Amino acid sequence: MKELWELFIVFLRIGSVTFGGGYAMLPILTRDLAENRHWATEDELMDYFAVGQCTPGIIAINVSTFIGYKKKGIPGAVVATLGFVTIPIVLILIIAAALSNFASYPVVQHALAGVRVCVFVLVVQAVVRLWKKSIVSVKTFLLYLAVFLLMAFSRKLPVSIPAAVLVLASGLFGVVACREEAEQK
Amino acid sequence: MTLLASLFFRFAQVGLFSIGGGMATLPFLYEMSQATGWFTTSDIANMIAVSECTPGAIGVNMATYAGSITAGILGGVVATLGLVTPSVIVIVIIAQFLEKFRDNMYVKRAFVGLRPASIAMISAAAINVAAASVVDAAAYRLTGNLADFFRWPAILLALGIALAQKKLRWHPVVFIALSAVVGIVFRF
Repeated sequence: MKELWELFIVFLRIGSVTFGGGYAMLPILTRDLAENRHWATEDELMDYFAVGQCTPGIIAINVSTFIGYKKKGIPGAVVATLGFVTIPIVLILIIAAALSNFASYPVVQHALAGVRVCVFVLVVQAVVRLWKKSIVSVKTFLLYLAVFLLMAFSRKLPVSIPAAVLVLASGLFGVVACREEAEQK
Repeated sequence: MTLLASLFFRFAQVGLFSIGGGMATLPFLYEMSQATGWFTTSDIANMIAVSECTPGAIGVNMATYAGSITAGILGGVVATLGLVTPSVIVIVIIAQFLEKFRDNMYVKRAFVGLRPASIAMISAAAINVAAASVVDAAAYRLTGNLADFFRWPAILLALGIALAQKKLRWHPVVFIALSAVVGIVFRF
């Protein structure tokens, strides 16, 4: 019971500081879960993100559910997810009721512009760190390049490929073509 | 009572069929607006703006906002729970499967492929964040001056954070808070 409460509190905190989308969650998860608490390794976090990107639902929620499940099974999954959404729910309810033009306050916009810069740095650092663990061969590098270009220039393509399709295709590619890399691990 | 049940089930559908980031919920929200009249398209625009300013997942925040416009506090809670329920169920099933088959050769090989793809998506997302923070493509297009492509104050802040991270190793949250302050003080 105490562990479930701790899980709830940890995700309460994570949910209250994750600005800028699900990917911004990765640096925070790495620090809070991998470095500070050893609840998951960075490898595992990366894998949860990978799966979370091609399953239904929102990445940040999926990753929370994964970690919660790993920690304490089904109750853990529910508790971690609820923890993540609680503070955002409260904040949004307050804003919707009282400050619906919250987004247009200059202070808010300036603060967010600053936060976006920080998120950019944190995400780049996360990518650099995870690079070594995921780009292990020419094949994986080419796969990275292909997915990156398709995602980065998706707007300029005649047909936009959904991210989930790309991720699933990459998984398939791994099954079909990446025997040596898997055996090396 | 039926309004709340309706909210729950409609948002459960959104949660089930949106894959990926919060923006994937948008088409479903527009559709819901048309079908139910609970909120307007300009409400949706406001939802997006507010959801980007608040912590947490954007898609979840939009569901909360939409639910609260529709049915007050209870509506906000119910819509959010509706959104996350399907994915919790799916993820628990997948997690059980992964636990069993973690050492399966095919699963391992799949992850060898999934990891670069995952990093690639994060990198692509980083480009988008860069476009909204450290560079200014619109200004460059306007003046043609390469120097205008870069938001120098933002780049300075970014370098500052990167260096400070290396030396100080503070929790990311500290840097986020400091960046917010810098943004306010220097009117980013």
